[in-house]
Amino acid sequence: MILGGIDIVVLIATLMAASTPVLLAATGELVAEKAGVLNLGVEGMMIMGAVGGFAAAVATGSPVLGFLGGALAGAAMALIFAFLTQVLLSNQVATGLALTLFGLGLSALIGKGFEGVRPPPTPKLPFGPLAEIPVAGRILFSHDWMVYASLALVAATWWFLRHSRAGLILRAVGENHDAAHALGYRVVAVRVTALAFGGALAGLGGAYLSLVRVPQWTEGMTAGAGWIALAIVVFASWRPERVLLGAYLFGGITAIQLQMQAAGYKIPVHLLTMAPYVVTIVALVLITALHRRGAQAAPAALGRSFHAST
Amino acid sequence: MNRRSFLTTTAATALLAAATTLPAFAQDPLKVGFIYVGPVGDMGWSYQHDLGRKAVEAAYGDRVVTSYVESVPEGPDAERVLTQMALEGNKLIFATSFGFMDAVMNVAAKFPDVKFEHATGYKRADNVATYDARFYEGRAVLGTIAGHMTKSNKIGYIGSFPIPEVVQGINSSFIHARKVNPDVEMKVVWAYTWFDPAKEADAAAALIAEGVDVILQHTDSTAPQAKAQEAGIYSFGQASDMGSFAPAPRISSIIDNWDPYYVKRVGMMLDGTWESSATWGGIGDGEVVIGEITEAVPAEVKAEAEALRDKIASGEYHPFTGPLNKQDGSAWLAEGQVATDEELSGLNFYVEGITAELPK
Repeated sequence: MILGGIDIVVLIATLMAASTPVLLAATGELVAEKAGVLNLGVEGMMIMGAVGGFAAAVATGSPVLGFLGGALAGAAMALIFAFLTQVLLSNQVATGLALTLFGLGLSALIGKGFEGVRPPPTPKLPFGPLAEIPVAGRILFSHDWMVYASLALVAATWWFLRHSRAGLILRAVGENHDAAHALGYRVVAVRVTALAFGGALAGLGGAYLSLVRVPQWTEGMTAGAGWIALAIVVFASWRPERVLLGAYLFGGITAIQLQMQAAGYKIPVHLLTMAPYVVTIVALVLITALHRRGAQAAPAALGRSFHAST
Repeated sequence: MNRRSFLTTTAATALLAAATTLPAFAQDPLKVGFIYVGPVGDMGWSYQHDLGRKAVEAAYGDRVVTSYVESVPEGPDAERVLTQMALEGNKLIFATSFGFMDAVMNVAAKFPDVKFEHATGYKRADNVATYDARFYEGRAVLGTIAGHMTKSNKIGYIGSFPIPEVVQGINSSFIHARKVNPDVEMKVVWAYTWFDPAKEADAAAALIAEGVDVILQHTDSTAPQAKAQEAGIYSFGQASDMGSFAPAPRISSIIDNWDPYYVKRVGMMLDGTWESSATWGGIGDGEVVIGEITEAVPAEVKAEAEALRDKIASGEYHPFTGPLNKQDGSAWLAEGQVATDEELSGLNFYVEGITAELPK
């Protein structure tokens, strides 16, 4: 299916893979922020996931263990953050920024031995005849398993936050930690768990970058993807389904603008280059404005420290 | 710690302090600073500059002390880093990216006795020199190989920013690919970054989706090489050899070799003969090196490419030799006429035959 010189099917298939790292990181951050913690260290957790996942995959020869390693590296970073902000009650903004700088530096150090090494390939899932269906087959059944896992994680997060009791507790902690504490919920434990989950997802996103999307390890390879994820959470007004929309919109427009350039469209490249940012923000802000609940969307206790004595 | 060792260390410290506070007796090492736009581990542009820094250390030993700051964004941050370096006592500072230009000029005005060297720029002052390499010479050789190797007759080029240096490279590759293959088309994608592996990979994927089967890149990471390998097409190493992708997809490379220039300039600084200048070295000066052409390339193509390289090195042939028209069809260079350095350093148009539009 070719529209205006661009193969739409290839485009959609590309954008799903290209958006996966940001989607994973944003979903993880969403859970952490829903629990009332602002972790600005997404970039640092992602890059640690990228190097950790890469190292694990190269050492074991298994991409599955690689992703596991990436998730663990991300979660470990998040637990450092959790210890500093939840136990020692440090400032969340400053600690998050420090976590990013720490992650970038540490990953560069760990990754020194992995430059120029190639990771084991992550195979596409074999769907057999399903992948042969015109259009839908290429779009839906031509990916590696992490793409499906990321979509499943978004769905699970949505269900968890909206329909499960544990999700309700998590949101209560994020909205009013004093009330949640008075009801007997363990605020710090909930937050540490949410942070670890967020870190694991950021780590998975980073590992996807170094194992599938690029695929190789290069110092500083996340190049700001973590910040995009943070922005998408805010503009998606803390809703998983909108995070999915935002991440795919951003990834999609990034992919389409490069393809439009390659196809020789006579549109100024500057406009094309800024399009992903502008379109994603405008679309998500419009959705929020139409629903008229944007103002109250942020968890009320976001970024506030909690101690049982106060 | 016993008393004796305490005394010896104290004595040593005192001696050391005396030595450092009396510069008249021992010559202070010259402090040389470098700032890089990417990480030294990019295996491309910044990596090559750092090799140059190491060559300086190797050449002058303890007469110099070098330091570097990597991953400095082009913008206000560069000015801060440069100021910091000047305050730390660096007497010669190499700023190794085009976008550092205005920052260098501003800081150089504040530190008249610190010498600055700015790579690929065009603004100079009494204490600011510029240096660049004639990458377009190497691109001519790569373009020749690319023209022979493409089967779809579509060559892809990943551009960083539409500045003269990159435009020269696109034009030179295209001219020489066309020379050996009149059906060749050039697809250009601008990544608007020097270093972003994910974006470079996406740009390569977009080109591959357009049917390109040879990719040249003017961005610094090896991500496009990995994509080319996945797609089973050819690519060229950029800035550094990127030899880990040989023999295919990487079939050759254009290597920036800053060692001779850095060693020479630091030497002039040590002799006190440094002065502001504009250096533009090419294949003949050893600043641009063509990496090994692998066995994936047929022997006669390899021989042709190497002959072109040698002709450029000896000065017998200039890659921008007429007749050449501009993209809009108007005449640029007449038969046998050669582009001047001035024209090239302000090059802001494509040559005839490239269909893409150059961003302004």
